[in-house]
Amino acid sequence: MIGLSDYLIVAACLFSLGVIGLFLNRKNVITILMCIELILLAVNINFVAFSHYLQDISGQIFVFFVLTVAASEVAVGLAILVAFYRTRRSIDVEDINSLQG
Amino acid sequence: MLEAGFFYLFAAMSVVGGMGVVLARNTMHSVMFLIFCFFNTAGLFFLLDAEFLGIILILIYVGAVMVLFMFVIMMLEVNQAKIKEGFLQYLPMGGIIAIILMIEFVAASTSGVFHTEAIAAVGHFGRDVNNTVEIGKVLYTQYLLGFEIAAIILLVALVGAIVLTLRTRKDAKYQNISKQVNVRKEDRIRKVRM
Repeated sequence: MIGLSDYLIVAACLFSLGVIGLFLNRKNVITILMCIELILLAVNINFVAFSHYLQDISGQIFVFFVLTVAASEVAVGLAILVAFYRTRRSIDVEDINSLQG
Repeated sequence: MLEAGFFYLFAAMSVVGGMGVVLARNTMHSVMFLIFCFFNTAGLFFLLDAEFLGIILILIYVGAVMVLFMFVIMMLEVNQAKIKEGFLQYLPMGGIIAIILMIEFVAASTSGVFHTEAIAAVGHFGRDVNNTVEIGKVLYTQYLLGFEIAAIILLVALVGAIVLTLRTRKDAKYQNISKQVNVRKEDRIRKVRM
């Protein structure tokens, strides 16, 4: 029988993978954004697992809100990346501090 | 038994997908692995009686957000070799932090706090319970304010993304609509005596 802790362990694995990805891919902004997606996905698994095992639908509503915020974050992040690429012709993280003006 | 098998399948595949995202040399391969991970997580959501969120994850995440990632990767010319510089340089620190986090999470989730009788005895809903209807009933009553704030956040992100990427090109020729509409006959026609 699959219990709540099994789902929590899967979410912990995905969260740790996201964190290690943030460290390993420090040069690549797109991969950093994807690792943030992975972390938010782990949070969503936790929300849905608790929602199921506590028989409370509110957890699924919060997953909905997390998805909304994650989608808007990606949209704005990628827009900043495209705007940055237009001025510098690269997306090197080392150059990004030139955005401060 | 079948459910346990599917759980282990989806869980293992989503973790494999996550590892692929982190370790893939090519950014496009990372996106593919993330899509794979999302599909398997949607399977986990289905096992947890959250059909609506599983479908949302596939439709919105795979269908919209990941396609946006792909567009951006294909639009930008990225030097792959340069981007992977220092990949192993941060491995010790990142690995230690991630392993400590992992041990903490696993210890917390297997400590028995989440293993009470009531939690262990949860079964699945019957066929007459519609997950979408249940979410709608709560979302549009109890969480109406949050729903509206989410809508405003999406609107702000939409406008912000357009404003950030909009550029007016100097060399392109544009129509001046008001000038076009306000033009009079005398401006255009000249009578010539032959």
